[in-house]
Amino acid sequence: MTHHLVVRVIAKMLIPFIMLFALYVQFHGDFGPGGGFQAGVIFASAFILYALVFGVETAREVAPDWVVRTGIALGGLIYGGTGVVSLFKDGNYLDYSVLKADPVAGQHIGILVIELGVGITVASVMTAIFFAFAGRQRRG
Amino acid sequence: MESFGLYNYWIVIFLMMSGFYVVIARGNLVKKLVGLNIFQASVFIFYISMGKVAGGTAPIIAEGIDTYSNPLPHVLILTAIVVGVATTALGLSLVVRINEEYGTVEEEELAGKDPAE
Amino acid sequence: MAVTVFMVVRLHNLFAVVMLGGIYSLLAAALLVVLDAVDVAFTEAAVGAGISTVLALGALSLTTSQEKEPSRRPFYTFVVLFVVAITGAALIFGSLDMPVIGDPTAPIHGHVADVYLSEGPVATGVPNVVTAVLASYRGFDTLGETMVVFTAGIGVLLTFASVQAGRKREDEAGEEEGEE
Repeated sequence: MTHHLVVRVIAKMLIPFIMLFALYVQFHGDFGPGGGFQAGVIFASAFILYALVFGVETAREVAPDWVVRTGIALGGLIYGGTGVVSLFKDGNYLDYSVLKADPVAGQHIGILVIELGVGITVASVMTAIFFAFAGRQRRG
Repeated sequence: MESFGLYNYWIVIFLMMSGFYVVIARGNLVKKLVGLNIFQASVFIFYISMGKVAGGTAPIIAEGIDTYSNPLPHVLILTAIVVGVATTALGLSLVVRINEEYGTVEEEELAGKDPAE
Repeated sequence: MAVTVFMVVRLHNLFAVVMLGGIYSLLAAALLVVLDAVDVAFTEAAVGAGISTVLALGALSLTTSQEKEPSRRPFYTFVVLFVVAITGAALIFGSLDMPVIGDPTAPIHGHVADVYLSEGPVATGVPNVVTAVLASYRGFDTLGETMVVFTAGIGVLLTFASVQAGRKREDEAGEEEGEE
């Protein structure tokens, strides 16, 4: 699809907005519908659109394998790490109330951080899976 | 949209059985996965139907609204969807590998084939 | 939706089947909005209609886009239809005892839902109850679930990567033998 001018231009225009929308969904998930899962998928779809229009190899340069693979693990670590932090602050595992002096604010921060972890993992996994499928030659 | 009766459940059962039929009757592995997804989506609709409260709105707290639908099934299904797509992706990757190794994704043709080695 | 599913069952062109699967997901998402599950509908539309379809198309491009005409014996089809019909009938019989949809006194609404709705926003400061329950009350669920996604991602990468490495080794071994 690399030679379709219209598709290329429109995709270039759309991708920043898709990413912006993903971030909005991510951080606005506590007020409206949305959250880490949806944001991760939308963010990954921005990369997938880029890969579809400009080719998988170009997309791999934008998001190299080591970034994607680190992202997969990083999201899980952020989630688990939040639980450990609350352990050190004399709370139960994943009990966000102790993260700040005010329990409600602590809960709010905990939810945001956790959703961020979920979002990073989901986005990286989806991108990695798509690259794995698309970067493969047909054989047999 | 106030009352669905039991109609929703019957739709769900029809969809579920169609997915079930595709899974056991069709030999093509990709089609089996699509059937599995249909089955899965029908279970999602089933759960959400149970959580519906007549006259309720989406469970986002706002002033002036007293009735909300049950948020618990929503949470469960939200995670189920993402797990569903992850397992589908894993299944598709296995199908691709099977195709590379055996040269076919039809169950009947796979049955008698073992690697030449 | 019923029509879409019927077409999925009938068609043999896998490309059309996958696209219909995407349409089915989108219709399911619309139905979920009607049933007040905006978060779930959002996810279903993004995941089911978006990512799943793209991945399935990717798999099709690597395999084949045409399903072979099944050479099943009629007896087998009959047995399958029989099993499906029996299961469906049993489920419909079971559904007759279910509470009417939307009934606020149904057992499902009498357990922890009220606590979530009344205390959730106060305790967490998050008005979207689904997010509050997902991340806070059921944090362990979500942690395990993130790990499932993590594992699936690793699984896909390994399924593809190990073979490439293996083939490379085989090729190198073959070349060395050839040289000798």
